[in-house]
Amino acid sequence: MIDLEIPKKFRPLVAQANQVATEVFRPISRKYDLAEHEYPKELDMLASLIDGMNEGSDIGGAGATGVRRDESDKGEGNRNGSNLATVLGVIELCWGDVGLLLSMPRQGLGNSAIASVATEEQLERYGGKWAAMAITEPEAGSDSASIRTTAELDGDEYVLNGEKIYVTSGERADLVVVWASLDRSQGRAAIKSFIVERSNPGLKLDRLEHKLGIRASDTAAFILEDCRVPKEALLGSPDIDVKQGFGGAMQTFDNTRPLVAAMAIGVARASLDETRLRLAEAGIEIDYTRPALAQPAAAARFLAMESDYEAARLLTLHAAWMADNSRPNSLQASMAKAKAGRTAVDVTLGCVELCGSVGYGESELLEKWSRDAKILDIFEGTQQIQLLIVARQLLGKSSAELR
Amino acid sequence: MNATTDKGLAERGMGFGLRAISRLAGSDVLDRLGIRRQVERALYQGAKNGFRSATAASRTFKAAQKLTKPARQAHGKSSGLFDVTPDDEQQMLQEAVRGFAADQVRPAAQAADAACATPPELLAQANELGVSMLGIPEELGGVMHEQSAVTAVLIGEALAHGDMGIAYAALAPGAVATAIGHWGDADQEATYLPPFAGEDVPAAALALLEPRPLFDPLALETKARRDGGDWVLDGVKSLVARAADCELFVVAAQADGLGPALFVVESSTKGLAVEPEPAMGLRAAATGRLVLEGVRLGGGALLGGGDPAVYRECVDRGRIGWAALATGTAQAVLDYAIPYVNERTAFGEPISNRQAVAFAVSDIGIETDGLRLATYRAASRADRGSDFAREAAIARRLATDHGMRIGSDGVQLLGGHGYIKEHPVERWYRDLRAAGVLEGGLLV
Repeated sequence: MIDLEIPKKFRPLVAQANQVATEVFRPISRKYDLAEHEYPKELDMLASLIDGMNEGSDIGGAGATGVRRDESDKGEGNRNGSNLATVLGVIELCWGDVGLLLSMPRQGLGNSAIASVATEEQLERYGGKWAAMAITEPEAGSDSASIRTTAELDGDEYVLNGEKIYVTSGERADLVVVWASLDRSQGRAAIKSFIVERSNPGLKLDRLEHKLGIRASDTAAFILEDCRVPKEALLGSPDIDVKQGFGGAMQTFDNTRPLVAAMAIGVARASLDETRLRLAEAGIEIDYTRPALAQPAAAARFLAMESDYEAARLLTLHAAWMADNSRPNSLQASMAKAKAGRTAVDVTLGCVELCGSVGYGESELLEKWSRDAKILDIFEGTQQIQLLIVARQLLGKSSAELR
Repeated sequence: MNATTDKGLAERGMGFGLRAISRLAGSDVLDRLGIRRQVERALYQGAKNGFRSATAASRTFKAAQKLTKPARQAHGKSSGLFDVTPDDEQQMLQEAVRGFAADQVRPAAQAADAACATPPELLAQANELGVSMLGIPEELGGVMHEQSAVTAVLIGEALAHGDMGIAYAALAPGAVATAIGHWGDADQEATYLPPFAGEDVPAAALALLEPRPLFDPLALETKARRDGGDWVLDGVKSLVARAADCELFVVAAQADGLGPALFVVESSTKGLAVEPEPAMGLRAAATGRLVLEGVRLGGGALLGGGDPAVYRECVDRGRIGWAALATGTAQAVLDYAIPYVNERTAFGEPISNRQAVAFAVSDIGIETDGLRLATYRAASRADRGSDFAREAAIARRLATDHGMRIGSDGVQLLGGHGYIKEHPVERWYRDLRAAGVLEGGLLV
């Protein structure tokens, strides 16, 4: 039965996440935007709380632990599970602050990767730790198949060499999941991910970036110099399966893209909510039944932005719902990410314009949200990469045909 | 220039015949006098009024049974879970209508567009599928126990995948039946609803739209004034589906002391006239204007007691209907464009190997899915009795903005081929613009 409301059983979770966003994130939002690279110590206590939430329920929490596909759970009928719960939680938390969510201990994208593909032994060994994700290199961004970092087997250890940039929470995390090639001549099939302890002497922090937005979140660059990790640190299968190609590694993204879309939804709604209040103060109320063109231009603009926001939101919930129901959702995940990413940028920048200098100035958070939003149309696959993925699926094309 | 002179010229124009008009148009006298535009308008009006005709004679609507109170479909209950899957009954109906749209509607679409009419047998087949009775309570011959906006959306989407104009023609009577099923009193229901559940469904139309820029359904120029116990209606309604064939109308008018309200008007009522109003698209729906001049109705013609909330709900439900049609037609664009861009080669390879082409396809897919989900959400809220004005407005906005863009991109992807009538995308370009223009006409 078609019903696109937030499921009843997740409403407490949404309310709880909203409370965290309101009471914890918002009050320190500007502080850590200004104090880039300073560790938001307020989050430690919160992280423990969220760990507790994750332990105590089967509906995910507010972060990245809930994206594992449970094959044993392919029951009959409609399922609302951890993917939907996680997306809903992330929306609320990012309504509070995207940068702070990205800084949440133990909620990194590396945790998503581990949760999605780790063996039981690896889960045992690395569970409960904070894991960052290191894919991008100076010469390889969207084209992650062309990364140059190598992993060579030497006895019971892999030896990693290369350079990684844009590692979210790289400085603060306990672990870094590093993508590296076992054999560069074998292309994308040889790319594997390795769990590296942050304390590993071969993993050298090079610098922290200064960014347009999400300044609360540290973005690290590393040099890997004869970085030795145990054989068991390889995530997934060590075999180079040319047929399967990149599929295994990329599968993580089917799960994490709806999460980034959810971040975009959250920040867009923050701007819309604030702008609605500001417009009301200025005497502009949105009447949903009166045609947009028969209302003030500001109301019409708001309605157009709110509509795209809602389309993005529903696409995101849809993608998560498909994962909950064990349906392939690569297409929907990329659709959601593409729509949510561009909508968050349009909406947050549009809200700055509608609110004028109040929007542009640092006295309010609107300008910050529009800076934060831009990364959401870039990381975890840019707008253009998402459109490529969507196009290949719709047109039935390979990555060789449609490049 | 005064109006009398304009009219004089125009009337003479009609009398002279086309040669004289041509001569007049070619001379510079009109430009010298600065009246070319007025004359052209007057000529257009004169020509158009020449086609004005009486509305169809209606059957005798008579209550076959007496109801003690109005029958109503119940609101559905939520399972409390997020779900994008239609229920089994809806899927069956959806499949049936999809088959009909693919096998019957699409092949007939181009001819219906050219003829400005949908073949009656197609409309009869649509009625056999039950499209006109979704909003009729079971007590009056309906088949749906619960409110069925979602079902109506699924059917509208499926039909419009075949053709939007034919969908409008086929779904227009159902809008009237649903309006009366939702808001009619016991007498109105007993009098008007049974034929819509029967074999010979009357042509009927829900007429809200008026011909002017920035039309606002909450500020109608069609007036209903009280005269004793009667209502007297004056005004003009625009883009009414199958106007000339309609036996029954539900007309929106600004009612004395009430605000905008709905009235049930039988086509035989004195003072009604119709004019053809062919438009850019939706041509298969044989759109026309409905002219009301001193149309006198009994007090029992007022629908929903003139409650302003009922009227707003009617506006919102209509928009969900148009968003559904836009979804279906947008999907048709996508489904047509994909094989085309994969097969069409340029510079030695399929044009879909180019990002500029491929990304346009991606965007059609993304925005169509977003529009569909927003439309479903609005409809499912309506079915459960939740507020849905916001969701309906959002679905309309998406249908208006992205529907138009998709129509345009559909033609663009086919290039010159898209511009000619050998391919349906030029029709979809014209039809998709309707989603942002039409008000009323449909009702879910």
